[in-house]
Amino acid sequence: MEHDSDIVIAGGGLNGPALALGLARAGFSVTVVDARPAAIRAGDNFDGRGYALALASQRLLRRIGVWDRVEANAQPMLEIKVTDGRAGEGPSPFLLHFDHAEIEEGPMGFMLEDRFLYRAFQEAMHEAPRITTIHEDSVVAQAPGTAGVTVTLASGRQLGAALLVGCDGRQSGVAMRAGIRRTGWGYGQTALVCAIAHEKPHHGIAHQFFMPPGPLAILPLPGNRSSIVWTESDAMAARIDAMEDDDYLAVLRPRFGDFLGEISLAGERFTYPLGLTVANRFAAPRIALVGDAAHGMHPIAGQGLNAGLRDVGALVQVLTEARRRGEDIGMIQVLERYQEWRRFDTQALAMATDMTNRLFSNDNPLLRLGRDIGMGLINLAPGLRRGVIREAAGLTGDLPELMRA
Amino acid sequence: MQAVHGTVDPAEIAKFEAMASEWWDPNGKFKPLHMLNPCRLDYITRQVAEEFARDLNGSEPFAGLRILDIGCGGGLLSEPMARLGAEVVGVDAAERNIPVARAHAEQSDLQIDYRHTTAEAMAADGEQFDGILNMEVVEHVADPLDFLTVCGQLLKPGGIHICSTINRNPKSFAMAIVGAEYVMRWLPKGTHEWQKFITPDELFDLLSKAGMTPVDRKGFVFNPLSWQWSISERDLSVNYVTASLKPA
Repeated sequence: MEHDSDIVIAGGGLNGPALALGLARAGFSVTVVDARPAAIRAGDNFDGRGYALALASQRLLRRIGVWDRVEANAQPMLEIKVTDGRAGEGPSPFLLHFDHAEIEEGPMGFMLEDRFLYRAFQEAMHEAPRITTIHEDSVVAQAPGTAGVTVTLASGRQLGAALLVGCDGRQSGVAMRAGIRRTGWGYGQTALVCAIAHEKPHHGIAHQFFMPPGPLAILPLPGNRSSIVWTESDAMAARIDAMEDDDYLAVLRPRFGDFLGEISLAGERFTYPLGLTVANRFAAPRIALVGDAAHGMHPIAGQGLNAGLRDVGALVQVLTEARRRGEDIGMIQVLERYQEWRRFDTQALAMATDMTNRLFSNDNPLLRLGRDIGMGLINLAPGLRRGVIREAAGLTGDLPELMRA
Repeated sequence: MQAVHGTVDPAEIAKFEAMASEWWDPNGKFKPLHMLNPCRLDYITRQVAEEFARDLNGSEPFAGLRILDIGCGGGLLSEPMARLGAEVVGVDAAERNIPVARAHAEQSDLQIDYRHTTAEAMAADGEQFDGILNMEVVEHVADPLDFLTVCGQLLKPGGIHICSTINRNPKSFAMAIVGAEYVMRWLPKGTHEWQKFITPDELFDLLSKAGMTPVDRKGFVFNPLSWQWSISERDLSVNYVTASLKPA
């Protein structure tokens, strides 16, 4: 079989282009199949959504030629403050405080509006050699064989490659067609997402308030703006979502507090139902899954994209090593190395995120006392605190080369 | 390749393809070889790339090199070498392996010259190679010095010979024979005779007598916790590999 490219990537969101750029840099030829037109991806309007990029993710973006294009628009996260609170009551006296000055690697992460990230990916892909993007088409069939995989698109076009990677989200068609089942559950919670403008500067500090209905994250954007991820029960979220902007802000204000002065909306409002979905396998012969296609996570700490980029780093490394050995990059022995590398991390993170949410989204007074004491203890122990900071910066575990200093 | 298409009937081909999938099944009866293979390939590719100043990150880094794989089996080493651009001849003394390896190369779209012959017969024909892979073979031959001398003759001046085998000591007896053959059932009982195992010093001595210059030796070490093989600088106590050059 003559291959059109070494690898076909289904999905043109963020993980797909990141993977394409990483692979092209390593010398592979890649075709990206993106259901949406190029123009939408390159859109310029701020819609209120942002990403909290861990330091490890930022390093990967730098290596694949994306970071230099967005750096000027990124807000470094210098400190993270975690507070246990109840709406209207203010924060509990126990406060977790993580300062990047305690680790030598730099800021724990960066906040970036998604419009800049999408546009940077488009530009980098356009300039990269060995990347072909097919817009407004999608993968509808895949036939893995001994010498390669034949991928059929909705337009009828067929592509031959050694490997097909599904970066096609939580309802991955690539995974479904490969017979890979998923395990998952909902939380009965919905995240309300928006950007706000505020009177006072945020000084690069991210806040996480743990409140009974769910956490509220305030993440610093450039200027006097912050990105809000606010979790409520599904029913409450639906009611809040139906409100006019003024009423919406009136509900947010007591949760938010007044430490940043007067607040107003600075973009559109979004809602995302929360749930966890993990594919039972991340690989099959000539198939690999990356990002939400492998594991859709509760976005408590913005870990979804960070976890996806870690998949990207791991898969690029596994495939590069395999090619240097002369191995067939689509064979299951090679892809299982990627699966083993990522599955442990993913399960640990999914479990930790799930536990954190269950522990903190609770009004039981004993639990509240317990977690307040726990937070106080972490705060008193610098070693423990540095561990948490490194974890938040994505610097723990077996880091792919693309994410190392 | 011609033999498969020219003279063998389709039912035979189907049989060989089934046997090929057996050879290439990572969880099948050749599982131990599949587990060891990435490690072997790491060593081989780095040594060959270094000797001929090739960049493994480039495309087809071994283009222009003629490589002989002795004891090729189903082609677990021949195929990667061909994928890296080398012109590969794979030989096996077991006749049944040849059509099996050919069938798999055909399925994988690779050009490999598989032959049922011996190193001695190839040397008599005056064949010459830039690289010879002699992996897990020397412990099975009747006279290692005769065999390695023939390997030396098959090598072009400046060519590289990679040879791996099993050390001879109580640990290798425990690991390779009791462990692999009797406890884990990785290998059929009687695969190895412990007396035929060769120590690294003995092998270096044999390689020198065979007209080659040994330049490197490393261990292949199995870690039962990670369930993986890795290359070791120091631990050559059971499986080990050597590189030697034919003086230019």
